[in-house]
Amino acid sequence: MKFGVIGGALALTLGLAGPALADIKIGASVSETGPASSLGDPEAKTLKLLVDEINAAGGVLGQKIKLFLYDDGGDPNKARTFATRLVEDDEVVAIVGGSTTGTTMSIVSVVENAKIPFISLAGAIEIIDPVKPFVFKTPHTDRMACRKIFEDMKAKGFSKIALISGSDGFGASMRKQCLQVIGEFGITVLAEETYGPNDADMTPQLTNIRSKAEVQAILNPGFGQGPAIVTRNYGQLGIKTPLYQSHGVASKSFIDLAGPASEGVRLPGTAVLVANLLPANDPQKAVVSAYTSAYQAKFNQPASTFGGYAHDGLRLLVDAIKRAGKAEPKAIRDALEGTKGFVGVTGTFNMAGGDHLGLDLTAFRMLEIKGGNWALVQ
Amino acid sequence: MPELLQYLLSGVTVGAVYALVALGFTLIYNASDVVNFAQGEFVMLGGMITFFAWQAGIPLPLAALLAILAAATIGVLLNKLAIEPARGAPVASLIIITIGASIFLRGSAQLVFDKQLHRFPSFSGDDPLRVFGATMLPQGLWVIAGAVAVFLVLWLFFARTLTGKAVLATANNRIAASLVGINPNHMMTLSFAVSAAIGALAGVLVTPITLTSYDLGVAMALKGFAAAMLGGMGVPAGALVGGLLLGLIEALTAGYVSSVYKDAVAFILILVILFARPQGLFGRKAMDRV
Amino acid sequence: MRLSQKHLTLIVLAVLVALAPAFFPSNFYYRIGALIFVNGLAVTGLVVLIGFAGQISLGHAGFAGIGAYACALAPGYLGLHPGLAMLLGAVLSGGVAWLIGRPILRLKGYYLAVATLGFGILVSMVLANEAKITGGPDGREVAELGLRSALASIGIGLSNAQFWYAATGLSMLAGAWIALNLHDSPSGRALRALHDSEVAARTVGVDVARLKLSAFVISAVYASLSGSLLALMNRFITPDVAGFLHSIELVTMTVFGGVGSVPGAILGAATLTLLPQALTVLQQYENLILGLIMMLVMIFMREGLLPSIMRRLKGKG
Repeated sequence: MKFGVIGGALALTLGLAGPALADIKIGASVSETGPASSLGDPEAKTLKLLVDEINAAGGVLGQKIKLFLYDDGGDPNKARTFATRLVEDDEVVAIVGGSTTGTTMSIVSVVENAKIPFISLAGAIEIIDPVKPFVFKTPHTDRMACRKIFEDMKAKGFSKIALISGSDGFGASMRKQCLQVIGEFGITVLAEETYGPNDADMTPQLTNIRSKAEVQAILNPGFGQGPAIVTRNYGQLGIKTPLYQSHGVASKSFIDLAGPASEGVRLPGTAVLVANLLPANDPQKAVVSAYTSAYQAKFNQPASTFGGYAHDGLRLLVDAIKRAGKAEPKAIRDALEGTKGFVGVTGTFNMAGGDHLGLDLTAFRMLEIKGGNWALVQ
Repeated sequence: MPELLQYLLSGVTVGAVYALVALGFTLIYNASDVVNFAQGEFVMLGGMITFFAWQAGIPLPLAALLAILAAATIGVLLNKLAIEPARGAPVASLIIITIGASIFLRGSAQLVFDKQLHRFPSFSGDDPLRVFGATMLPQGLWVIAGAVAVFLVLWLFFARTLTGKAVLATANNRIAASLVGINPNHMMTLSFAVSAAIGALAGVLVTPITLTSYDLGVAMALKGFAAAMLGGMGVPAGALVGGLLLGLIEALTAGYVSSVYKDAVAFILILVILFARPQGLFGRKAMDRV
Repeated sequence: MRLSQKHLTLIVLAVLVALAPAFFPSNFYYRIGALIFVNGLAVTGLVVLIGFAGQISLGHAGFAGIGAYACALAPGYLGLHPGLAMLLGAVLSGGVAWLIGRPILRLKGYYLAVATLGFGILVSMVLANEAKITGGPDGREVAELGLRSALASIGIGLSNAQFWYAATGLSMLAGAWIALNLHDSPSGRALRALHDSEVAARTVGVDVARLKLSAFVISAVYASLSGSLLALMNRFITPDVAGFLHSIELVTMTVFGGVGSVPGAILGAATLTLLPQALTVLQQYENLILGLIMMLVMIFMREGLLPSIMRRLKGKG
């Protein structure tokens, strides 16, 4: 504590004494409130946490980061307005944000016109395929999550499954991408159901799935309270078919909310969920532990996968600014595209001209809930 | 057959949730002709305050009581600070005040509490009750019992008590009501306190099923409002039946037709019913003013 | 020559639209201006419906959705020019309003509110669920209008932001002009009689049902055009445009500014579009203060911003 105070005072004196450099302005528009707040809230918290951390450690290239953070409430029209504001009024050199695919896509044309690098925090593959010069993203695509799940299903010999997905953007987008790749694994969907983002009970849908005896596994793409209620109802109906959740189930709180029925549920997760389970030689161990413990300490909540996307977005940006040697949009863009072997909490990023995501399937770890906690599936 | 029963049980559980929210609209509407768009926020406050009090170590029943009292207090404050000073304003302006109050309460909840999802334990455990191959959670019974109890109390209140009749009289004709010795301000305060308490009670009962978070209110108010209108605004029996009907329609549509369009089917049926009975199932026929 | 109230209103609006850019510190303000005008167009339609005819709607975002998706879909599926798609959307919205208006407008007050609410939700559900056609909740891209490049080729070079500021501003002014003319026409007077007392209007021979229906259709076309403009300006649209919250937002703007007055509702749209931008400095206190301001204005200026301000000015002068 004392050292912190002295350090802070020292940094302040140095800052005052040092040459007056302009701040590096970084913009962010995330869905802190609204229907996607379970994504945007940890993202906003993470960005604030990291900017404070980076500035306390002396900033980037000797300059402080100034964060312009706006809450778009999950509304794409607002996101576009804030993106315009960031570009035209705040004159930022780069933008992190776009919690949902909808908000991301409405930011894209603004940054492409203004030639400002933008790191999206949303899942859809359309964001980076086809590649747009100034648009990058940190979350693996939903398609990769689907592949990870289907690989596990195939290994367990499941070929006939049921799908119950949320009708919100996250659920609908992942459902679509799963159906695009499911054929590669020889898996067929026997029953399909959906539920609304605010629904209180999914037993009718699950009853329909249960009545199809040939179904070998159930997959639930969704985020927010939906997956927790689906899991509770799954337990209530006494369904024995294995249940797979998606990476939308992003933090430890899911296990508490879903209760004992979550036992045995499998899902593709990032290292953020299992920081303490990673072996000491895991390359992500250090960065994940640092992030999750700082987040827990500051906000008294467990870190989530989505916060992790924002973590990687900002760290990638800072890394690119350092390598570019200047905080200038075009240079940052070029440096971002040249990112190699960058270890984030989501995975290890290797960007290229044709790949503005730079993650492969190894970024995902198959997790299973055992004894009320996460376990790594070997 | 077990499928049908399961759909019905699901429909009744969800319907009871809607009915509880719908019942909360009744009193304020009857006293003032205003549909309180902040009603959903009372449901949210009921769940959130209970959770945070419980987490702080207060026993659950006491935490729930605390939440209901706190919500009632906020209801009274809303009336005293926002509705009463605006007396005589057009109904549309009063509605915007309640929308503003809803945004304000949600904004406060995100500051005072957090933006996470929360849940506290069910009152009678989570072991499902089995009925002919279908299942129901004990908490569902609590919600149904709560909805029926609130309905009975409200019905007795309006039909059998002088105060209940005074509330109705206040809405019908404020001046005439005060001439016969009713204090309209007291009636309004009472209505806001009780409506808020009913909303908070709903929040307490449904949270173990639906979970709660700071922004749950809008969705709750939307379905509760639709249920209340379906049954007939201001009539306790209408709120109860409207809520149950809405829940059953949704569950049966999800079961037999398509889960994609279950909300759509529900709203189409509301439209059809309103075309046949423009004042809702149990509503009184409104008098045209001349 | 003495200017009528109508002309005075239009001149003030036009001057404000034309001169505001002189005070813009950056291009961002053109965007805000354009958003105000898009909302202003929609609330002008609601003034006709709520203010003149006294009928409420909590589903007008549904028509904005029809207008927006007409522009998003018709160019790709039907090969229509986006400008024509906008017209198609308006015709479609007007037609739908005419069809559902007949049964729905028999309902009164809150029952009308819930019926229109249901309509709006149906539209947004179809847009979100028919993902194969509409792109689903993630939305879809919208074709370029092409008018800006056409203008550039005849020597009028505007930046994208400036173009949309001008296009939406002119649309709003045209919309306001039509609504103000309607206000003073015989139909407008009959409409307002209807607002005051439906029974009285009927006894003096006003065709109540037809008048209500035309107000509903007119306001639907306004909402549809506003949705189209938003889609074409953003070049991207999601089903949120048709959502329940957008409907509530439009009604709130109308009542906030002054439900019986076209410039009042536009002021309401301007205030509630600007406020969230101004309140971002408050960070997490933003929503709390927004709700507080809405309550305070409605308590102390119960007829809405503009009518209350005008009354106070007149009272003093």
